[in-house]
Amino acid sequence: MKSINNIFKEKQHVLSIFFTAGFPNLEDTTKIIAELSTNNVDFIEVGLPYSDPLADGPTIQDSSQVALQNGMNLDVVFEQLKTIKDTNTTPLLLMGYLNQVIKYGEDKFCQQCKDCGVETVIIPDLPMLEYKNHYQQLFDRYGITNVFLITPHTSEARIRKIDALTKAFIYVVASASITGAKGEVSQQQINYFERIKAMNLQSNLIIGFGISDKETFATACQFANGAIIGSAFIKHLDTNGVARIGEFVQGILE
Amino acid sequence: MTENKNMKSKYQPNKNGYYGQFGGAFIPELLYPNVKELEENYLQILESEAFKKEYKDLLQHYVGRPSPLYLAKRLSKKYGATIYLKREDLNHTGAHKINNTIGQILVAKHLGKTKIIAETGAGQHGVATATVCALMNLECVVFMGEIDIERQAPNVARMKMLGATVIAATSGSKTLKDATNEAIRYWIQHPETYYLIGSVVGPHPYPDMVARLQAVISEEMKVQLKAQKGKENPDTIIACVGGGSNAAGAFYHYLEDEEVALIAVEAAGLGVDTGKSAATSQLGDVGVIHGSKTMLMQDAYGQITEPYSISAGLDYPGVGPLHAFLHETKRAKFMNATDKEALDAAYELTKIEGIIPALESAHALAVLPKLALKKDQVIVVNLSGRGDKDMETYIKHIEK
Ligand SMILES: Cc1ncc(COP(=O)(O)O)c(C=O)c1O
Repeated sequence: MKSINNIFKEKQHVLSIFFTAGFPNLEDTTKIIAELSTNNVDFIEVGLPYSDPLADGPTIQDSSQVALQNGMNLDVVFEQLKTIKDTNTTPLLLMGYLNQVIKYGEDKFCQQCKDCGVETVIIPDLPMLEYKNHYQQLFDRYGITNVFLITPHTSEARIRKIDALTKAFIYVVASASITGAKGEVSQQQINYFERIKAMNLQSNLIIGFGISDKETFATACQFANGAIIGSAFIKHLDTNGVARIGEFVQGILE
Repeated sequence: MTENKNMKSKYQPNKNGYYGQFGGAFIPELLYPNVKELEENYLQILESEAFKKEYKDLLQHYVGRPSPLYLAKRLSKKYGATIYLKREDLNHTGAHKINNTIGQILVAKHLGKTKIIAETGAGQHGVATATVCALMNLECVVFMGEIDIERQAPNVARMKMLGATVIAATSGSKTLKDATNEAIRYWIQHPETYYLIGSVVGPHPYPDMVARLQAVISEEMKVQLKAQKGKENPDTIIACVGGGSNAAGAFYHYLEDEEVALIAVEAAGLGVDTGKSAATSQLGDVGVIHGSKTMLMQDAYGQITEPYSISAGLDYPGVGPLHAFLHETKRAKFMNATDKEALDAAYELTKIEGIIPALESAHALAVLPKLALKKDQVIVVNLSGRGDKDMETYIKHIEK
C-alpha cells in the first residue's frame, strides 16, 4: 500500500471516496476497494459503522445500521483488510468514532491498523486537546496519523495549531453541517475556501461533507488538494450495486 | 449555587472537565466554538451578582422554591426510619428539571442567544425548557424520541401549548439517547443556537454547570434539616439516576461529608440480566457517549446498547461523568429498581402519603424495602417529580 503523502506528491488533485464497511453486504468491503482502485480513486476512507454517528447525516446513518445488522465489526473489517494487504496499493484510511477505539482497546486498535497497512485515521469526536493529552504518544508509537477537521467556524489561531499537528492532510469540512450530499457550492463556501487557501498552510487540504458530483469536486479542487465524496457514493452504491462503481467514479473524473 | 469552598474538592472537575478519568469534551470540531464559548464564560456568569440575583428571584417567585422538606410519617413508620421527602415534585412544571432550565436560560441570554434547542426523555426537561423560553420570549425546539412522544403524551401537549416545536427522533431506540443525538446533529447545523442540556451529561462544561444549577436542592436540604432536625446532615440520601441531574443536585453539598451515605438508583427495567434494562453501572463500562467519557452500556465493539425502562426519564444507556466517578470511587452506592418495584413504590406512596410521584422518582422510593433501616436513621429521598405525566401508565398497570 502506498503512503498517502506519496499520493499528494504525485498528483495535484486527488479524489477520495468514503464508504461504510459492511454495506450493502458484509463481504463487499474488499470488492469495493478493488473497484475504487481500478477506477483510479486516489485514496479510500473505510467507514467503521457506528450505532450513534453524531457527525453523520441520514445516508451514512442508514448504511451504518445495515452494516451492523450484516454483522460488521472491527475484528471482521481488520480481517478483511488483511486479505488485501499485499495486493492493494491504494492508501486506506479508517474513519470511526472514538468509543469504538476505546472499547476495542486503543493499543490493539493501533496494532491492527499497522498490521493492515493503515497509517491514517479520522476520528471526528477526538478533538485536538484530548488527542494531545491522551492519544498523540500512542499513535506516534504505532506510526499512525490522525486527521483533524476544520470548519467555517474554526478560528485562524486554531487552524494554525491543527496545521502544526498535521502529517497527512487537514479535512476541510465544507459547511456547518453533518455529512450528506448537497447540490452545489455556495458563494459563502467559496469565500471560506479562499480564506483557508490564502493561509498558506504547510498541510495538504482535502474538502469534504457535501461534495457529491463532478461540479462540486471540480470546485473543491480549485481551492484544495482534492476532495472526499461519501454520501453521494453510498447512495449510488445502494441503488446500482458494486458492479457499477466505475460509472460513478468516471462521472466524477472524466 | 455552589460555594467556592468546594472548588478544590476531589468531586469537582479539573479545568478540562475531568472527574478522575471521566468527563472531558469529545466533540466534533463543528461544535468546538460553541462549547468553547460556554466553557470560557459559564463560571463567570454563574458567579456574577446579576446572575445570582435573577436566578434566585426566579427560583423563589416563579418556581416556588425552596421546595418543602416533608417528614413522611406513615412512610417512616412503615420502613422503621425517619424518612424525609425533598419535594421537587412541587416545583413549577412538576420536577427538578426547572432549576437547571432557569439557570441555563439566563446563561443563554448572557451569551446573546435567541434560539434554544433541547432533548427530552420523559418530557419534563422539554416542558421546563419550553416554559423558560416562553418566559424569556425565545424560540424553542425540543427533540424527543418517537416512543417517548407516545408514552408521555401530556408533556408533548404542554410543550406545544407553550409554543415549542417538538421534533420526533426516529433513529435507534427512539428514546432519550436518540433525541440527544438528533439535538446534537441539529446543533452542528445551526451553530447559532444554544443547546440547553437537561442532565449532568454531555461535553464539559455541561455536567459541571448542570450540577451547580441543581445544587440548590442539597443547599436547601442542609438548611431545612438543621431547622427541623437540628443537624444539617442526614444519614442517607437516595435519588434516582437517569443522566443524574437530580441526584447530582441532592448529593452536591454532601459530597465532602463522607459520613452521609449516598444512594443512586438506576432503572433495572425488567431486571438487570434480562437484556431489558437501563442499569448502566451494572451493565456498562468506560466509553464516550454524547461528548463525555463516562460509563455506558455497549457491546464488545463499542456499539451503544439500546436501554429499556418503563420510565422515559431513566431510559438512557449512560450516566454523567460525576456519577461514573462516584461509582468508581464508591462514594455513592449504586442500586436499582425494576419496573414493577417502581410501580409498587408509586402506588404505595400514593396510598399512604397522598403523593403521586413521577415514575422516575418511584425508583428511588423502591429501594427503601431493600435497605436495613434503623428507627433513628435519617433518610432523605429526593422526590424528583410528580406523576401527572405518568397517569396513563399508572392506570394501565393498576387494573392488572
Ligand atoms: C421526574 C424526573 N426525575 C428524574 C429524571 C431523570 O433525570 P436525572 O437523572 O437527570 O435527574 C427525570 C428525567 O426526565 C424526571 O423527569
